[in-house]
Amino acid sequence: MKRTPDRLGHYGIYGGRYISETLMPAVQELEEAYDKWRTNPDFKAEFAYYLKEYVGRPTPLYFAERLTRKTGGADIYLKREDLCHTGAHKINNTIGQILLAKRMGKKRVIAETGAGQHGVATATVAAMFGNECEIYMGEDDIKRQSPNVFRMKLLGAKVTPVTSGSKTLKDAMNEALRDWVTNVNNTFYIIGTVAGPHPYPMLVRDFQSVIGTEARRQIKETAGRLPDELIACVGGGSNAMGLFHPFLEDAGVKMTGVEAGGHGLSTGRHAASINGGRVGVLHGNKTYLLQDRFGQIIDTHSISAGLDYPGVGPEHAYLHDAGRVNYVTIKDSEALDGFKALTLSEGIIPALESSHAVAHAIKAAKELGKGKVIIVNLSGRGDKDLNTVSKAFNFEL
Amino acid sequence: MTTTIANGRIEAAFGRLKAEGRKALITFITAGDPDLPSTKDIILALEEAGADIIELGVPFSDPMADGPTIQASSERAVKKGTHLKDVLRLVRDVRKETEIPIVLFGYYNPVFNYGLEKFARDAKAAGADGALIVDLPPEEAGELKDRLDEKSLDMVFLLTPTSNAGRMSIVASKASGFIYFVSVTGVTGARSTVAGDAKSFVAKIRKTTDLPVGVGFGISTPAQAKEVSRYADAVIVGSAIVNVIAKNQANGKKLVGEVRRFVSSLRSAMDS
Repeated sequence: MKRTPDRLGHYGIYGGRYISETLMPAVQELEEAYDKWRTNPDFKAEFAYYLKEYVGRPTPLYFAERLTRKTGGADIYLKREDLCHTGAHKINNTIGQILLAKRMGKKRVIAETGAGQHGVATATVAAMFGNECEIYMGEDDIKRQSPNVFRMKLLGAKVTPVTSGSKTLKDAMNEALRDWVTNVNNTFYIIGTVAGPHPYPMLVRDFQSVIGTEARRQIKETAGRLPDELIACVGGGSNAMGLFHPFLEDAGVKMTGVEAGGHGLSTGRHAASINGGRVGVLHGNKTYLLQDRFGQIIDTHSISAGLDYPGVGPEHAYLHDAGRVNYVTIKDSEALDGFKALTLSEGIIPALESSHAVAHAIKAAKELGKGKVIIVNLSGRGDKDLNTVSKAFNFEL
Repeated sequence: MTTTIANGRIEAAFGRLKAEGRKALITFITAGDPDLPSTKDIILALEEAGADIIELGVPFSDPMADGPTIQASSERAVKKGTHLKDVLRLVRDVRKETEIPIVLFGYYNPVFNYGLEKFARDAKAAGADGALIVDLPPEEAGELKDRLDEKSLDMVFLLTPTSNAGRMSIVASKASGFIYFVSVTGVTGARSTVAGDAKSFVAKIRKTTDLPVGVGFGISTPAQAKEVSRYADAVIVGSAIVNVIAKNQANGKKLVGEVRRFVSSLRSAMDS
């Protein structure tokens, strides 16, 4: 199994660069810049500085003692990405990309966002470094994540509603690509997940790998050993890739990616690209996609806006085929149970995305049994989801 | 692989036009907008009005490289249930009545999903002459190009104002039929002016290839068509025609007439 893509960004048959000719020079320019800076001591030091002093890293690896006791199985540790500045792991990547944008002399940044976490993380770094910032967000997502929309606006970003197609994350990405193709000369596109044309899946993975690098060191210190299993939710898959990647060569560490099962795979109302999709090409890469038999991309559903996407990062597709990572699904209702369980047992309100991972961890802890160790990536906090959750629990805000 | 000349209808059309001292008019429409029978009527009307090559859009749910006009057109066609198999059936039907070259224009996922070999075989059998896949740059196009080569179908590629000399030679080495120069850095859509440096780009492209060079994106008036025809081998018009179709959707008879009238005005301006 290879740990890096080939020269053109292929992970096995996945990945690559499926974009219009206008953008080819731009992704080549980005690739060259990344090649140049990734090993540069000044770049690395600046990235490390902001992760520590601004994001608040290293994030704790917290032993969820009460959740573990209630579950009655393996020890559950939480990688507390919810404690990152802005409330999710997304900022790790946007810091890395804005530092590249700065070195490439790009004054304007754009991004797509689903739950708004990546949008907020992008607006945040744009405010820090004085970049003009425009965020594309599906009209439906704007409704269900209104606190994040306001945060982005406070940070000085322009939030542009996307009304085409399903009005969610995939359409926001279409619109961001249209913007990029139009303004490519002065604009840096900060992609929020391990997808898109090469080198995005690789560079987002690299910037997010700090999660797994820290977790590996921390679990060795705390538990004196490597974990038995890693669990993370997967939409595009950036938090999962960030946790998994530094453990890939640890053969004894099982890895599980949790896709959004929505109302259940059999209903067709879900966002589980690997479990319920087929190979195709969208947004610059070849990967598993939710599509109809004619190759039209279909509407997805998840209670969590951040997982509501019809594709998945190409390296996940590769790791699935290679059998290195196991991909499962958790339904909306199970995610809500996970949300409740963690909130009540540990006093931590997780994002609905991360609640999928928590819900699966409760199942997996029981199966693994006592004496085993699980690390769950708690990728974000749940404040942004209070509207959605209050509706699901019939609670008047 | 070296440049392949398919020796088909596209090459013949450019050869004939060159002999007559005229430039090609290439017209884009989305198949299935407003419906497939209308698309057939529109294609025949385009030819009568003086179009030399048809770019037939294959509807896709996520047309990332297109502006609002063609996005909406593609969405209407997908809603009507128009997919690649239907577009191929339409080509087969149209081919009984005309020899006008037809290039299938679209995104990769429907083609990939259909199967590359099957696509090449069925496109050939239907009477199509080539394909242009917007999100398939030469680096990823090898497999499809091989299949199209086997069937002597042309593969058209794009060059853009962002293309440097390196990109020009990569594209020139893979392309056949013609080169499509996208005159603006942006998505498709009618614009009031054509980028001023298009002419110098076309001159640069000619240094890397002997293929005819067409210019498109943003051409919407007879005056623009005339201006571009002075330096390009082909004038490519899409959104402006799709706009005419969108405005006259409700009235089938009027629709075809209006398209014919508009395209005739482009043709006369180019020939004047």
